[in-house]
Amino acid sequence: MLFLKSNWAKILSVCILIYVIAGGFLFEVPMLPVIHESIRNIYFHVGMWFSMMFVLALALYHSLAYLRGMRPEDDLKAHIAVKTGLVFGTLGLITGMIWARATWGAFWVNDPKLNGAAVGMLIYLAYLVLRGSVENPLMRSKVAAVYNVFAFVLYFVFVMILPRMAMASIHPGIDGNPALATGDLDPRMQKVFFPAIAGWFLFAWWIFRVYFKVQNFALKIDRYS
Amino acid sequence: MKKELLLEYRMKYAFNGVLLFLVSTIFVGYLSFSGIIDNPGWNALFWIIMLFTSVNVSLKSFVQERGGLLLYYYILFRPQWVIQAKIFYNALLLVVLSLIGLAIYALFFGNPIKSLALFVLNMVLGVAGLAAILSMMSAIASKAQNNFTLMSILSFPLVLPLLLVTIKTSLSALEGGSFTDHWQNLTISALLSSITFVLSNLLFPYIWRE
Repeated sequence: MLFLKSNWAKILSVCILIYVIAGGFLFEVPMLPVIHESIRNIYFHVGMWFSMMFVLALALYHSLAYLRGMRPEDDLKAHIAVKTGLVFGTLGLITGMIWARATWGAFWVNDPKLNGAAVGMLIYLAYLVLRGSVENPLMRSKVAAVYNVFAFVLYFVFVMILPRMAMASIHPGIDGNPALATGDLDPRMQKVFFPAIAGWFLFAWWIFRVYFKVQNFALKIDRYS
Repeated sequence: MKKELLLEYRMKYAFNGVLLFLVSTIFVGYLSFSGIIDNPGWNALFWIIMLFTSVNVSLKSFVQERGGLLLYYYILFRPQWVIQAKIFYNALLLVVLSLIGLAIYALFFGNPIKSLALFVLNMVLGVAGLAAILSMMSAIASKAQNNFTLMSILSFPLVLPLLLVTIKTSLSALEGGSFTDHWQNLTISALLSSITFVLSNLLFPYIWRE
């Protein structure tokens, strides 16, 4: 944890991402029908969704911590993590839509995976609306934490189980963990893909920390001024 | 818990209100959809009506409860009992309502259901799950302003998984699917309801204490 708080993580993350962006656009990739060069998007699109899940898991962790210890800091962290997750989710949607336009011919197709992503965004936007509409601060924190735990569990049941049972999907990664099984991915792409995931994770963590520090500081200023 | 059920039962006017809501929604649906409806449409419209009815029913359990009554529960019962009673009561009410609703719906729109047993079992599981999720959402929404909107915003994305499985099974029952094809979907409905039930029991005490 100490490592992640130091500057090394940030420098490492930037280095990895520079490598990923350069490598992602320049290195050789296998030429597959339909996808062609757009396969390079995997380094960015998949990275966005993985980072979103990582940050949302962080939000879940802090919501649980809040319910145990009732420290306002944990509530703020959960809130910030959800917001960060939404940013990554939006980017994931945008990169996905560009990719979908290139390969499937439309920005949006009716598909369980895509709809699952949309539902996830709706759930977490509802979380923000919920926070906005409770006035009592203590109650707001508790209600938000409870909803977050509830939503996370139901959402992940939705995303993990439903698309895999019987419903056909044109989105890859239906019968397993998408892109993680080493056999799935061309070895030439693995050497960019795995660093890409690590880089985006570190980057997401960094954004989360910075956002949290700023908000926490703003709260302190409010309190003492 | 028996007391809770009894207390709720006394508020019969609420039941009649929801029943009337159900009937008028079905009638509106009949007037606007009659003649242009096929099997998937029949099924989808039925479940949308059921969804809105469930939201209406569950809204009553916390949002429209008076403060004094909640305080009274607060003194008498453990928080787990309250949420359990609400969920069971809502589930029971919704099962009854959905059966009545199905009868009226079939009266207006005609009855294309080929395997009734599967349809009804799936419907019972579906509305029970809806009751579980929506009761908890009602508890959450009751802590906030403009409850009704919030209730829909919070619960619609969350009930979607359950609703999708249910609608799918329901459509297949309409077209004569058998139990053996759908035990998996039925299990998933039941599983989602149980997960919700357990989570509600764990989480409700936190928001019950003011």
